[in-house]
Amino acid sequence: MVKPYDGGSYDVIVVGAGHAGSESALAAARMGCNTLLLSINLDSVAFMPCNPSIGGPAKGHVVREIDALGGEMAKNIDKTYVQLRMLNTGKGPAVHALRAQADKFLYQHKMKETIENTPNLTLRQGLVEELIVNNGVCEGVVTKTGARYYSKSVVLTTGTYLRGKIIIGELQYESGPNNMQPSVTLSHNLKDLGFEMVRFKTGTPPRVNKLTVDFDQMEIQPGDEDPQFFSFETKVPVPNQIPCWLTYTSPETHEIITQNIHRAPMFSGLIEGVGARYCPSIEDKVVRFNDKPRHQIFLEPEGRDTLEMYVQGLSTSMPEDVQLDILHSVPGLQEAKMMRTGYAIEYDVIVPSQLWPTLETKKVENLFTAGQLNGTSGYEEAAAQGIIAGINAALKVQGKEPFVLDRSEAYIGVLIDDLVTKGTMEPYRLLTSRAEYRLLLRHDNADLRLTEKGHQIGLITEERYQRFLEKKRLIEGELERLTATKVKPDERTLNFLQELGSAEIDNAIELAALLRRPEVKYKDIIRLSPPEEALPTEVEEQVEIQIKYEGYIRKQLQDVERMKKMEKKKIPPYIDFNEIQGIAKEARENLSKIHPLNIGQAARIPGVTPSDISVLLVYLEHRNKVSS
Amino acid sequence: MEFDTIAAIATPMGEGGIGIIRVSGSDAVEVVDKLYKGRKKLSTVDSHTIHYGHLVDPSTGETFEEVMVTIMRAPRTFTREDVVEINCHGGIVSVNRVLQLTLENGARIAEPGEFTKRAFLNGRIDLSQAEAVIDLIRAKTDRAMKVALQQVEGKLSQLIKRLRQNILELLAHIEVNIDYPEHDVESVTRNMLLEKSLGIKQEIIRLLETSEQGKILRDGLSTVIVGRPNVGKSSLLNSLIHENKAIVTDIPGTTRDVIEEYVNVRGVPLRLVDTAGIRETEDIVERIGVERSRKMLKEADLILLVLNYNEKLSEEDERLIDVIKGLQAIVIVNKTDLPQQLDFSRLQPLLTDSTPIVKTSIKEEEGMDELEKAISAMFFQGNIMKEDQTYVSNARHIALLKESIKNIDEFRQSIEVGMPVDVSAFDLKRTWELLGEIVGDTAGDSLLDQIFSQFCLGK
Repeated sequence: MVKPYDGGSYDVIVVGAGHAGSESALAAARMGCNTLLLSINLDSVAFMPCNPSIGGPAKGHVVREIDALGGEMAKNIDKTYVQLRMLNTGKGPAVHALRAQADKFLYQHKMKETIENTPNLTLRQGLVEELIVNNGVCEGVVTKTGARYYSKSVVLTTGTYLRGKIIIGELQYESGPNNMQPSVTLSHNLKDLGFEMVRFKTGTPPRVNKLTVDFDQMEIQPGDEDPQFFSFETKVPVPNQIPCWLTYTSPETHEIITQNIHRAPMFSGLIEGVGARYCPSIEDKVVRFNDKPRHQIFLEPEGRDTLEMYVQGLSTSMPEDVQLDILHSVPGLQEAKMMRTGYAIEYDVIVPSQLWPTLETKKVENLFTAGQLNGTSGYEEAAAQGIIAGINAALKVQGKEPFVLDRSEAYIGVLIDDLVTKGTMEPYRLLTSRAEYRLLLRHDNADLRLTEKGHQIGLITEERYQRFLEKKRLIEGELERLTATKVKPDERTLNFLQELGSAEIDNAIELAALLRRPEVKYKDIIRLSPPEEALPTEVEEQVEIQIKYEGYIRKQLQDVERMKKMEKKKIPPYIDFNEIQGIAKEARENLSKIHPLNIGQAARIPGVTPSDISVLLVYLEHRNKVSS
Repeated sequence: MEFDTIAAIATPMGEGGIGIIRVSGSDAVEVVDKLYKGRKKLSTVDSHTIHYGHLVDPSTGETFEEVMVTIMRAPRTFTREDVVEINCHGGIVSVNRVLQLTLENGARIAEPGEFTKRAFLNGRIDLSQAEAVIDLIRAKTDRAMKVALQQVEGKLSQLIKRLRQNILELLAHIEVNIDYPEHDVESVTRNMLLEKSLGIKQEIIRLLETSEQGKILRDGLSTVIVGRPNVGKSSLLNSLIHENKAIVTDIPGTTRDVIEEYVNVRGVPLRLVDTAGIRETEDIVERIGVERSRKMLKEADLILLVLNYNEKLSEEDERLIDVIKGLQAIVIVNKTDLPQQLDFSRLQPLLTDSTPIVKTSIKEEEGMDELEKAISAMFFQGNIMKEDQTYVSNARHIALLKESIKNIDEFRQSIEVGMPVDVSAFDLKRTWELLGEIVGDTAGDSLLDQIFSQFCLGK
């Protein structure tokens, strides 16, 4: 029997030091809260148990948003990438997406270093088994070694550790990711506290030794020569990028999988957790899309000082011997030596509709949850929730107003609103198509959207804020100049237009109107009429995007305005939806469960119809009048 | 959506002298200003003033209605929002047309009880009425939904669902290129988008074309019976009413002594107007003059001109024949039970080829079958209406279809000028959503479902 002891008191305790936990703890500590960060194993701080990459469509946007709010992920990947690539460059500005290949070991070390050197932040190894909850209020945590830590708020970020179970073919055992120790008791504790839990599943592919790969049979995928960075603060690139490699499965691969499908836990019934459709294993792909002759396989370096390579596209929970056969059937991997075996992992997830948009749980006050525990997948989604949970845990301690981003302000807002309003039936991944205001939520303007807020919260330094204000001033000045300055149809202008293959003008025309023409770029405009002094590239970029897509941006802003009107109608916390006559049964149940904070959120709840919303509005107005 | 600008017909449907279309919401003045042509822009006039002018269809430039427009700005209005009331000529056709135009220019059709609801929400109505308002919304919405559902069930619903599925597949293809840029999924090309969106647009246009027929079904063909006194107009009317099931009898609340009879002739609903005049067996041409009677008859969808088999063509008959020239008309030569006096070789050249002549003896109940066939042939190319035929008839549905076409046009234009596909995709998605509103399906998750079932993705 372990003897319990008092481990001390903190403002905020963060349980778990993955991508969510790291951001949570850093945000709370930087906001002045005395913060304790607990991790089962300090060697797994900010660990990437799956792909060694950060960013991509929607996810990359989120990383920039985290940066604009004063988070760490962007800065940390900018220090530790081995490759950077801008994706979707042939498409519109809203979906340009930065993606980095990380040195996953360096990434961990740098994050741990930052955490260790942050004032107000204590990093400690410890397995939390129980929450201290009194009268529905969370007051601290108890570790396996007997420490009782007290705090004003607790943030849980347990990733895939909760009752984690690894499955490889016929083999299954209790484990966290990458054979870490799982967290079993805490899961039972959460259930006892009345939380509804579900079981999700994810998986990872095998890793192979670089020296045993024949790259001659693969296609090289280099990084960008002149890369952009995730953080708006980063100016200096990391030298010497490392390429990735592309190959494909062969008919033999598909043959091996088909012949061994009875041994796949996905099909033998061994796996009970719900996996994500966007992240199927190779056996899943071969079965579900059996008309597809081949599937892409990307070989990605796991770091600079390791020979391990991640085999993207080959996520699997087949038995180890089958995994070897599969690997060896892929062109370029015939001789490959497997270093780590692919596996599926099942874990417990808290049904996220049990959370407020602040990520505080509805059942237990002062308890916040973030990351994979809330049913998401992906490092970026985890970090995004982490920073929001950390900020709100700190604000709560400080007795300040909570911080919530709405769907028009950030992908982070879309992510959290989706989770708490609709819940999720599978591991949730952000996609650009989930954002209805995609054109406003660009990665290039993440700082313009959120720096102000980051500064208000206290996570953006005054110095950075002043730099941001200067950038904003330059953008506004140039926008004004282009709208105010007209060019006449003189010889110079007409030559200029002819050269660009653009239609002639008959009357004087604003520079902005010229820039709106698809064939005219900002760099052309400044040849015709340069600003007083040359502007930084990111300012030029903003000006160009804001003018070129003005019509579409305006349309979206109109939609946003309508949404905001609905969000402004608040629903008080004491409303009992079961009392409201005239709302359909299903809608009433869902409203009671979610307890939306405003009419806008209520309207997004599944099963709630426009006439339910009408009745709700009338009811609220009725109540207002009665009470006044 | 709550809080947007809504419009509805505020007067009872029927042949009232004046019809009122009420528009309420923050864009009410702006919406009507797009249609209104008068001495001043409505946005510049004082509140609680009334203005004479005309309505112009912005898409065609056609002037079509003489109106008085009342501007009432918030908060001293029924809903406490900006309210515009358009007073136009009564009658289903003109009132509907005005409503339709407000819907095409930024307003949304009001749900049942919605004006009252807004009045309440904005603090205009007394507390004791709250419960009543809820009941009203609930009851009317349920009924309206049932009706709307019946309208979209069956073939129309299937057509729209198929159309939406086509759009969804295209959207999924666009989105998968964006969210999985490195996957070996074929890239969407401009040509592919233009070609597929053209097909979608044509399909929507085809649906919209049925709406004209649908409107006939809903409102009935306004039908006028004309002829000299004592040729059998009243008997024809009575016979049509007795042989066919009357759909609606007289419309309550009208001040004039106009009676409308609705009859269903082989699936063609006729709305027999100004029947009071017929009963008085008065010669309308003589009464109101050739020009005016011609104008009046022109507004009818169908004219039944009755002549007497037993008499020679009179000057009066010839005047009437002249008046109906070029209009949708059927000539009925009645009283074949009596000896023939009428000279068909004189009648024929006075008529255009397309005007059918039907011989009847209403008294002996002869020839009515031929008359009904002629009516049916005129409006439905002789096809007897089948129950499962698709007709878009609901004003809301028509507005949504028109809006869909506008959006898909914008999509096509932006693709043509080289706008990036992820930007243009908004208009395509909007088209999909608008069509979804017709069938009552706007669930946003279908796109993701489509992406993951259509494409093989993964890490």
